[in-house]
Amino acid sequence: MSETIDLAHAPGPRKLQIWRGDLTSGELVEYELETEPGMVVLDAVLEIQRSQAPDLAVRWNCKAAKCGSCSAEVNGRPRLMCKTRLDHLPADEPITVEPMRAFPLIRDLVTDVSWNYRVNKQITPFTPRESLKPGVEVNEKGEFLIDQADTDRMSEFRKCIECFMCQDVCHILRDHRLHDRYYGPRFMMRMASLDMHPLDGVDRLDQIADEGGIGLCNITKCCTEVCPEGIHITDNAIIPMKERVVDQRHDPLLKLLHRTPNKGRRKPPPRTETPTL
Amino acid sequence: MTTVATPPRRLGATMRRDRWWVQPVLVVTSLTLFGVYTIIHAIVSNYYAITAGGAHLQSPMFSPDLPGIIQFHTSLPWAFLVLWAPLGLRSTCYYYRKSYYRSFFLAPPSCAVAGAARRKYTGETKFPLVLNNMHRVFFYFAVIVIGFLWYDAIRGLFYHGSFGIGVGNAIMFVNVFCLSAFTFGCNSWRHLIGGKLNCFSCTPAAQTRHNAWKRVSILNGRHMQWAWISMFTVWGTDLYIWLVSSGAFSDPHHVF
Repeated sequence: MSETIDLAHAPGPRKLQIWRGDLTSGELVEYELETEPGMVVLDAVLEIQRSQAPDLAVRWNCKAAKCGSCSAEVNGRPRLMCKTRLDHLPADEPITVEPMRAFPLIRDLVTDVSWNYRVNKQITPFTPRESLKPGVEVNEKGEFLIDQADTDRMSEFRKCIECFMCQDVCHILRDHRLHDRYYGPRFMMRMASLDMHPLDGVDRLDQIADEGGIGLCNITKCCTEVCPEGIHITDNAIIPMKERVVDQRHDPLLKLLHRTPNKGRRKPPPRTETPTL
Repeated sequence: MTTVATPPRRLGATMRRDRWWVQPVLVVTSLTLFGVYTIIHAIVSNYYAITAGGAHLQSPMFSPDLPGIIQFHTSLPWAFLVLWAPLGLRSTCYYYRKSYYRSFFLAPPSCAVAGAARRKYTGETKFPLVLNNMHRVFFYFAVIVIGFLWYDAIRGLFYHGSFGIGVGNAIMFVNVFCLSAFTFGCNSWRHLIGGKLNCFSCTPAAQTRHNAWKRVSILNGRHMQWAWISMFTVWGTDLYIWLVSSGAFSDPHHVF
């Protein structure tokens, strides 16, 4: 989803079409403003809020692409408004700014993303194995010891800023509205980081396959395309988890050899609810 | 301040302004042409080996050479007895799945573009798409086929027992190299070789597998490119052998 920089675009007047409305009704409203060099979409939206539409609802926080608050759909693509420069967008047409489609609209550009937090609560957090080896996996102070090789793979997932744009672009949530059957790419990634942890003692594969609904993912890689942190969500989290489920449920050779994955890990406590939108 | 009408959410509805439909069109065109070509040649089952002048250049679509190796003779298109493995590998490959789900199934046709309306979306949880989980089984068989392709490429260097080299040989080696890069960059192989481990550092065997996993990950990072390149090299190699063996032109080579 890369775009070329429009070098022909000089600072000057530009039109923005911003979604205004709530759950009951809404429309794109066009605003015109003077732009400055280096301006990002969030700057433009905040300037419109300041000078033309003080009741415009927009969520933002750090303006540094690290808090994940200002996710929106700019020219039809999920983007962080604070990371999208106006001069990266075609200069000869209005810029559209809409809220994320996968979540219920609160007002204007603000959506209710609380479903994600309810999903997150269903995932058993890191729980150390009961059989950690003293001096090798845990030191005398009770601190965990882990090799760099083992942290490298998981640290990619730690870059996630929870902007939820991967959830927004995922067609299972966006088009099919299967929020009660699929956790979405962000939480597939969280479960992958836990399942790959060498010191973790919980087997989450059943949850990944059943409540998590990994089988619904048809790996169209849109989550990877929109991730502002460049995390390879599909290749490094979802596909490896699909393969682990195959180990457990579909590989005839491994079944024959009784080589089940996550041997020795204990089952997580039962989930308390099915997170619905 | 003016208001603008918004489009309804029907197939293809999007606010994207780029030419997102180009990629699905190219994929549909390429895969359809490749599929039709492969099926036609497999059914026709002729002109699949260059044997003139002591050469033995076997088309990758007809390898292993069952009639030649085990004297298997039938009037039916025998190539399908072999083709199911590499074609199965491709059709269950994670990259190709992305391509055909987007391009043929329109699920979705592109990111942030509304997909085809479905009464009930089940992804890969129901028959037949749940069979995509058999990818690694196809991988196991495809590796055997890759072995035969390397054998074919090496055997092709000998003309009546004398070492020789020609354009056909170069094409055969390029093809089998690209096919190997595609096959051994596969996500299932990446998982089996080391990705399935939770601890890369715990044992010497795990450390060895970690190193192998890192190397396969490099190949896997270009899996899409290898998927396309190897598809076209198979296509090109088969076409070259078809044309040469049918007498359209001769294979330039030199025997030492």
